[in-house]
Amino acid sequence: MNAEILSRLQFALTASFHFIYPPLSMGLGLMLVVIGVIYVRTKDPKWRRLAFFWVKVYGLIFAVGVATGVVQEFEFGTNWANYSRFVGNVFGSLLAAEGVFAFFLEGGFLGLMLFGGNRLGPRMWLLATFLVVFGAHFSALWIIMANSWMQTPAGYTVRSLPAPARAYMTSFMQVVFTPSFIPRILHVWFASWTAGSALMLSVSAWYLLKKRHIELAKANLRVALVCFVIFTVLNLAVFGPAQAIEVTTYQPLKLASMEGLWQSQSCAPLYLVGWVNTANQTTTGISIPCLLSVLAYLNPQATVTGLNAFPATQYPPINLVFQVYHFMFGMGTLFVPIGLLGLLLYFWKRKVYEARWVLWLFVVTVFLAEMSITAGWWTAEIGRQPWIVYNVLLTAQGMSPTLPASDVAISLVMFVGLYILLFILFIYLLNGKIQAGPEPLEEVESVPVSTLPDTFRQIFRRRGARA
Amino acid sequence: MTLNEVWFALFVIIIAGYLILDGFDMGVGILHLFVAKTDEERRITLNSIGPVWDGNEVWLILGGGVLFAAFPLAYASLFSGFYLAMMLVLLVMILRTVAIEFRSKRPGANWRKTWDFVFWIASLGLAMLLGVAFGNVVSGVPIDVDGNMHVTLIQLLTPFALLIGVTTVTMFALHGGIYLTMKTDGELQRRVRRSIPRLMPVFFTLNTLVVIGMVLFQEQIASRYLNNLWLVIFPAGALVALGVAWYMLRKGRDFVAFVASGMMIALLLISGGIGIYPNLLISTTNPQYNLTIYNSASAPNTLAVMLVIALIGIPVVLLYTVGVYYFFRGKTELDPHSY
Repeated sequence: MNAEILSRLQFALTASFHFIYPPLSMGLGLMLVVIGVIYVRTKDPKWRRLAFFWVKVYGLIFAVGVATGVVQEFEFGTNWANYSRFVGNVFGSLLAAEGVFAFFLEGGFLGLMLFGGNRLGPRMWLLATFLVVFGAHFSALWIIMANSWMQTPAGYTVRSLPAPARAYMTSFMQVVFTPSFIPRILHVWFASWTAGSALMLSVSAWYLLKKRHIELAKANLRVALVCFVIFTVLNLAVFGPAQAIEVTTYQPLKLASMEGLWQSQSCAPLYLVGWVNTANQTTTGISIPCLLSVLAYLNPQATVTGLNAFPATQYPPINLVFQVYHFMFGMGTLFVPIGLLGLLLYFWKRKVYEARWVLWLFVVTVFLAEMSITAGWWTAEIGRQPWIVYNVLLTAQGMSPTLPASDVAISLVMFVGLYILLFILFIYLLNGKIQAGPEPLEEVESVPVSTLPDTFRQIFRRRGARA
Repeated sequence: MTLNEVWFALFVIIIAGYLILDGFDMGVGILHLFVAKTDEERRITLNSIGPVWDGNEVWLILGGGVLFAAFPLAYASLFSGFYLAMMLVLLVMILRTVAIEFRSKRPGANWRKTWDFVFWIASLGLAMLLGVAFGNVVSGVPIDVDGNMHVTLIQLLTPFALLIGVTTVTMFALHGGIYLTMKTDGELQRRVRRSIPRLMPVFFTLNTLVVIGMVLFQEQIASRYLNNLWLVIFPAGALVALGVAWYMLRKGRDFVAFVASGMMIALLLISGGIGIYPNLLISTTNPQYNLTIYNSASAPNTLAVMLVIALIGIPVVLLYTVGVYYFFRGKTELDPHSY
């Protein structure tokens, strides 16, 4: 294997492994803010107990996310040096902005969020939590912005002199607001919130099935379920379709690959399941007529461009794109009836708390949500191939020119080993936290909540008096 | 001052910020096996950096982002040329993060001892790697006509680079020791205090050797200072700062000593930056191939946009960073949420 294939594998591995955690940092974070707001408004101690519990889970998820996140910033330079040279003018500034605006916010207030429960009053603790979660969303914003520029580059011009050929920024606003940016960031945020609410839903359902922490679990499940329904319905009805329209407009070849559509046609079908055969250019499976035309153009008679309209040299791995896209789409569609069913059973005499098979469905949602987020990311990234910057720079041209394959083989083996170990430890510790469950408030509160400083003035006056 | 110079200065300042802040985290990691004996003492040392280490590490991420954005050609050459060294940096950074996070999440003695050891070796390794990388950057690298290089791990380990590596380790140990003095009390603090008079002469000797090595072997850096003698105030300032740190520690004014030690680290890095300016990577193949702050930079409009971003962002960052440190000031105490 050559250095390019190994570098592709390594980037795919490190980015995919990292991408397990940030959606939960955003989604679970948002749920923590929701719980914090409920506590501040109701003063019911059960929400405080839940907050202490979930903050610990959050700390664990955040740690692995941070640990695996630095890798990507390094890899642009280490493995994709020519890419970095080409895009530095444009892409680098977005990464630097992410550091200044988002990472510091997260890193700065994380300590207050994780260790602040006994030092800050509920409102100030909530503020610290909010700032960390806001930072996480802001960070995703810059990353998706940078990635969107790779998908639908705009606001630049390429000049080959002085060597090497590089992209030069002509309009910062166009670089920031590329056509795909807004639809993509909204889709990612809603998918992340789905995953976060699914994690709460899953753990609460598990407690109910195991008859532990019943009162807490019921309260938690109710909130998580409502959020889960809102997020999944909106993503299926609004933000997913919005992104489909964006891809249709700006990356028609990617759309054709996602659906395995070979011939341009009106009333194009949407496959539920299928298999793409690239050798004889066919796609077989179960499909719904005209639905793709509706999805892409909001018009059943609209013509969708097929793969044959493009040179075969520009095809991504079509069947892989088709399969991961359909997995994501299928899961996104499945979450809606699961959530609505739960809601229905809740309103029907609170039967949801006893319906064991529904609770089991809830338990698996978080795994499905995480898998579908990864599948969605793969659709976007594999669907972009063979380009690293769409229609501008090939992935093969972005390689580090002096990098020997043996070096990449060594680092790839290192990452595989390290990440397997990390994942096992993560699951082990996460499972430990979940099995232990929310601790009684007496054990986690070292001082009564009423004595904690809950305004800026109290924070600084009180601490000042002590010193 | 051109935009390129502004960004070079900002880059040096950001890296200095990183070395000062994450430097004491690394120092605490390097010292903790020796000064903290019981589980409670180990927890106190970890929690002394617990609420801040993550924010401190962001300075390095920002430094990487700024190098990418402001000087992409240097970023690309440096990171791809030092490939395996960079992968080792990633390995120790990941290990350090998970060690501090995972250690106290399980009660078992072996579990905790293992992570304590991982935290120690990863902190030591990171300090060593940063020093070795710095040593290679100041002594020059085999950049070719296209701006590329490939340096194997073994080639990086020159005696001079290793000397700087070891010096960096002792510098951070000293800096971390001064930080721990502020954050601990009782028997633990006495042990930390005893370690400092041992570290200081070692660091002083090693650093003197580094300076001698620079003067004798790094022609460009030596001539920069010989031709502009007034620039010697920067390395001389570092020496003064070290003296102030030593004096203030004896006086028991630990915070002032800590600030002085931070100033010393910043001044040493600035002295190095002055030495290589206007180069970022000095080519040992041909001086024509040097990657400078001009030929490796982004276009002026990118640098200008980034300057606006930095001028908006960095003051806010500094403000709340100071706020968070102020909030967690004083001796470290354990509570149910600590590591």
